[in-house]
Amino acid sequence: MGRTLAEKVWDTHVVRAGGAGGEPDLLYIDLHLVHEVTSPQAFDGLRLAGRPVRRPDLTIATEDHNVPTQDIELPIADEVSATQVDTLRRNCAEFGVRLHPMGDAEQGIVHVMGPQLGLTQPGLTVVCGDSHTSTHGAFGALAFGIGTSEVEHVLATQTLPLRPFKTMAITVDSAETADGALPRGVTSKDIILAVIAKIGTGGGQGYVLEYRGSAIESLSMEARMTICNMSIEAGARAGMIAPDETTFDYLEGRPHAPQGADWDDAVEYWRSLRTDGDATFDAEVHIDADSLVPFVTWGTNPGQGLPLSERVPDPGGITDDGERITVEKALSYMDLMPGTPLREIAVDTVFLGSCTNGRIEDLRAAAGVLRGRSVRDGLRMLVVPGSMQVRAQAEAEGLHEVFTAAGAQWRSAGCSMCLGMNPDQLAPGERAASTSNRNFEGRQGKGGRTHLVSPLVAAATAVRGSLSAPDDLD
Amino acid sequence: MQPFTRHTGVGVPLRRSNVDTDTIIPAVYLKRVSRTGFADGLFSAWRAEQDFVLNSEPFRSGSVLVAGPDFGTGSSREHAVWALSDYGFRVVISSRFADIFRGNAGKQGLLAAQCEQPDVELLWKLLDSEPGTQVTVDLTEKTVQAKDLTVSFSIDDYTRWRLLEGLDDIGLSMRYSEAIADFEIARPSWMPTTTPVRGG
Ligand code: SF4
Repeated sequence: MGRTLAEKVWDTHVVRAGGAGGEPDLLYIDLHLVHEVTSPQAFDGLRLAGRPVRRPDLTIATEDHNVPTQDIELPIADEVSATQVDTLRRNCAEFGVRLHPMGDAEQGIVHVMGPQLGLTQPGLTVVCGDSHTSTHGAFGALAFGIGTSEVEHVLATQTLPLRPFKTMAITVDSAETADGALPRGVTSKDIILAVIAKIGTGGGQGYVLEYRGSAIESLSMEARMTICNMSIEAGARAGMIAPDETTFDYLEGRPHAPQGADWDDAVEYWRSLRTDGDATFDAEVHIDADSLVPFVTWGTNPGQGLPLSERVPDPGGITDDGERITVEKALSYMDLMPGTPLREIAVDTVFLGSCTNGRIEDLRAAAGVLRGRSVRDGLRMLVVPGSMQVRAQAEAEGLHEVFTAAGAQWRSAGCSMCLGMNPDQLAPGERAASTSNRNFEGRQGKGGRTHLVSPLVAAATAVRGSLSAPDDLD
Repeated sequence: MQPFTRHTGVGVPLRRSNVDTDTIIPAVYLKRVSRTGFADGLFSAWRAEQDFVLNSEPFRSGSVLVAGPDFGTGSSREHAVWALSDYGFRVVISSRFADIFRGNAGKQGLLAAQCEQPDVELLWKLLDSEPGTQVTVDLTEKTVQAKDLTVSFSIDDYTRWRLLEGLDDIGLSMRYSEAIADFEIARPSWMPTTTPVRGG
């Protein structure tokens, strides 16, 4: 019987099959990404046991969660942050792991750095002590987040004992266009917000999601990464997209991509990484691309999203007690009145960045909207490139001038306002339109309120001051 | 992980039940970047009280903790086990352990030995009347012996086997080092490594 993409990648990585006794498979890991927050105890565990890192040459580290995005030449002011960053530096030096520290030309958010270096390739197994490792699935890699004990396990053995995941197909296609082009103003962020709103934040639990269909095939690598990135927001272990010409074009010539005859061998193999016609998924979901519109969240989890043209939901109409209470709680935290048009929700801050939407295309899209316009008075907009390389590229294209001329702040690379762990945070009660991935209570700072949006909506919102799409601008 | 077959050390009577993991190690100690150095935080609230058992010799240097029922309840923090081990405990005896604590202990090489409550009370009596009594815990025989008292304990077979072999999860995978090495030889040569390129 045929196999799915996920099963093909799994099968080629089984070092030792688990067998009937319930023992898990031992899976080989091709690429291990490391950052400062989830690695210190893992390195410490190695030290205690007197174990080396088995494959430093398959391991790479960066500083992202704790780093400030301005005045980066100064020491980090926050003591806990500074300790975590210092610890990573010492660990990488001691164990021989390549590290891109703050200020380095390749430094950036771990999930932006791997693909841009060409390290993330089709058919690999990729792990990181970070849930958004699912991002790398956009290349047809099996990529998933792990805990600190597992980080230590991979450092020591380059393997993980695991039981196979279930598979779910998410097909996004268009009846109206032959090439799967998305409706005007719709981006891959809107696709994934619509998927999560449809299947729920737990809908993907235990599954690897494979995104397929003409609308997915029409997307750039950056856009595919945005979708796979948020698979975890549907509870999934991983998200994947079969590699194709778009993937190969993106990879060719990158520093760690195969070259010459190796390149041909690799591409030949990568072409085999498609779900077989007779393969079956454990579950299937269909999304009609033609019906997609810009999506925004109104609540406190990524599943609480609606088309921008809708209104804040009314919990009064919900019959299920549990669900009504959930909605009431979310609205009370978000300080929103039922029935308010989403377009009338005014924000204080716009954040463009994160491993979801901090890539060059995202910056280009937002700059396209902001060119010749200004950020509304009194509103703060942070533009934070996902990596120093994205920053350099944007500057080469003059995008930073568009942002600063519009009144936005142009920053250095890092996780920034995606999470309240570094100086970029919302004040209590402050409301943001954010291109990141989580709108949990307090995620962007204690008491902060988050609406998840696409880069296009972020830019238009910065101009109008309330949630908007580019078409709403004059 | 060190193989565990038999351990002899000073027994510490902890006459309390429902010792939760917040008591074993309070949350304020969790911000650390290391897995060691948690000994300071072990039972920190109780150690501030003068008559707490670990504040007196010879219990201070004990390594076999004999506790009341329901040991290790509450938060799942692995730090509770790290703190006990770091302080020097190799064995905790109780008539009932919280599941997650028992699991974490097994992963980290701390023996959670389950004895009947009447046997725990006999041990307490002995340790109180003769402070500093050496207790021998034998994992092969599944017995606890102190002076002329010998009682048995229970532990699940899988954890017992792993402790006897000294295999943590990593150790278990390492038994397949040869298979891992073979797998590595067969990987295509074009697969990426992180070794700097372009003089980087
Ligand atoms: S940008 Fe946000 S989601 Fe991505 S790695 Fe950083 S903190 Fe995590």
